[in-house]
Amino acid sequence: MVALIEIAGLTKRFGSFTAVDDVSFSVARGEVLGFLGPNGAGKSTTMRMLAGFMPPTAGTARICGHDVLTDAVAARRNLGFLPEGAPTYPDMGVEAFLRFVARIRGYSGRELNERVAQAIGLTTLAGVRLQPIETLSKGFKRRVGLAQALLHDPPVLVLDEPTDGLDPNQKHEVRALIRSMAPHKAIVISTHILEEVDAVCTRAIIIARGRVAADATPAELEQRHPSGRLDDVFREITAEKAAA
Amino acid sequence: MSGFSVRNTLAVARREFAGYFATPVAVVFIVIFLVLQGVLTFNLGGFFERDQADLTPFFSFLPWVFLLLVPAITMRLWAEERRLGTIELLLTLPLRQSEAVIGKFLAAWAFCAVALVLTFPFWITVNVLGSPDNGAIASGYVGALLVAGAFLAVGAAMSAATKNQVIAFVLALAVCFAFAVASYPLVTDFISRASPGVAEFARRVSVIERFTGFTRGVIALRDVVYFASFIGFFLFLNTVILEHRKAD
Repeated sequence: MVALIEIAGLTKRFGSFTAVDDVSFSVARGEVLGFLGPNGAGKSTTMRMLAGFMPPTAGTARICGHDVLTDAVAARRNLGFLPEGAPTYPDMGVEAFLRFVARIRGYSGRELNERVAQAIGLTTLAGVRLQPIETLSKGFKRRVGLAQALLHDPPVLVLDEPTDGLDPNQKHEVRALIRSMAPHKAIVISTHILEEVDAVCTRAIIIARGRVAADATPAELEQRHPSGRLDDVFREITAEKAAA
Repeated sequence: MSGFSVRNTLAVARREFAGYFATPVAVVFIVIFLVLQGVLTFNLGGFFERDQADLTPFFSFLPWVFLLLVPAITMRLWAEERRLGTIELLLTLPLRQSEAVIGKFLAAWAFCAVALVLTFPFWITVNVLGSPDNGAIASGYVGALLVAGAFLAVGAAMSAATKNQVIAFVLALAVCFAFAVASYPLVTDFISRASPGVAEFARRVSVIERFTGFTRGVIALRDVVYFASFIGFFLFLNTVILEHRKAD
């Protein structure tokens, strides 16, 4: 197994507050890692550092062997990233926005058209292709963000709450999409929705107060509580940490 | 690592430039710019009363109009990206930060160039009424574009320093104003009382002082180098500020 994502000793401090504390893990091709934790546990901060957006206080992150800080452009070529809240340019049309991203991704001419069409197809955005993004519903906006991350078929996908704001049908579609891509990629998704972990993840990390509190398969995690339910396990692990 | 990509820079510039016209920003800016220039040139500048076929009153007010309006363009450059969160998207695409900085600057500069081109009725007027030195007018326009570039570079750097657009505007206005008035006797006299050397330096870095040469029809290499270094310095500063403050 080749690790496409390698995180070692990643730490982020804001003044005296430690948001992420010595987090290490790696993700191999074929794995879908669910990144769980209460609000403010350090999920988004970890993902920002992994995407090379936020410089860590200590530690390193590598994508396909490229350090995200010292070899940033190469690392980002191999990364599809959906930032928290799926930000996009509200004035732009869906297709214009994706064409902009494709151009920066190095595509031109027919290949650019094909990439954009494919991304629109995968995320079922064909009906709103020419609409300004600001006029779209939350679910559509999230899918535009997702389309942008998938456009170049990257080996590594880092998705911060990819299904937030989607209706149950859309959630189902996005999960099916993630599952279908899983064998060829290393994927990290953060989520609050624990059922999602069972539905798509091959492995789950629970992060609490900036530290990795658990790292196991969903089935293993479920056995840690007599009820066998993931939310009981989640509550026990994260509440315990909060009390400590 | 690969080198600087012109392609990426232009992709950013193109998106940004289209953005001006996707909102009323472009129309409002251009209309206000033209009205202000018209009022100042024809009324305050005594364009007709002077009875001289040149654009001296037009050019003498231009830097001050830019001083007011350019920070209004630049205040949103980075502050808006922060507010929308798109800065996280843009700066995790495979492009260098310098490419994003220069791309945004070029878009804003091209936009100012469009505004300047739309002042052509002044040029037509003066040509209808007399026979002006069109060479001097052309060099005046070159100078005007360079002044706009200098103010834009300052404003872009200030915008990268904050997510608050009002603060970005005020900072840009203050810094541009300092560079505009640096050569004025009021300022240089005040400074030279303390240190004559600094006063001389202030005169040298003044934007208005450099611009005056252009309006007289002189494109001096040292003035072009001055503007190029000025813009280069603030774009570099912009990149450094962005690097340190992007995730704040």
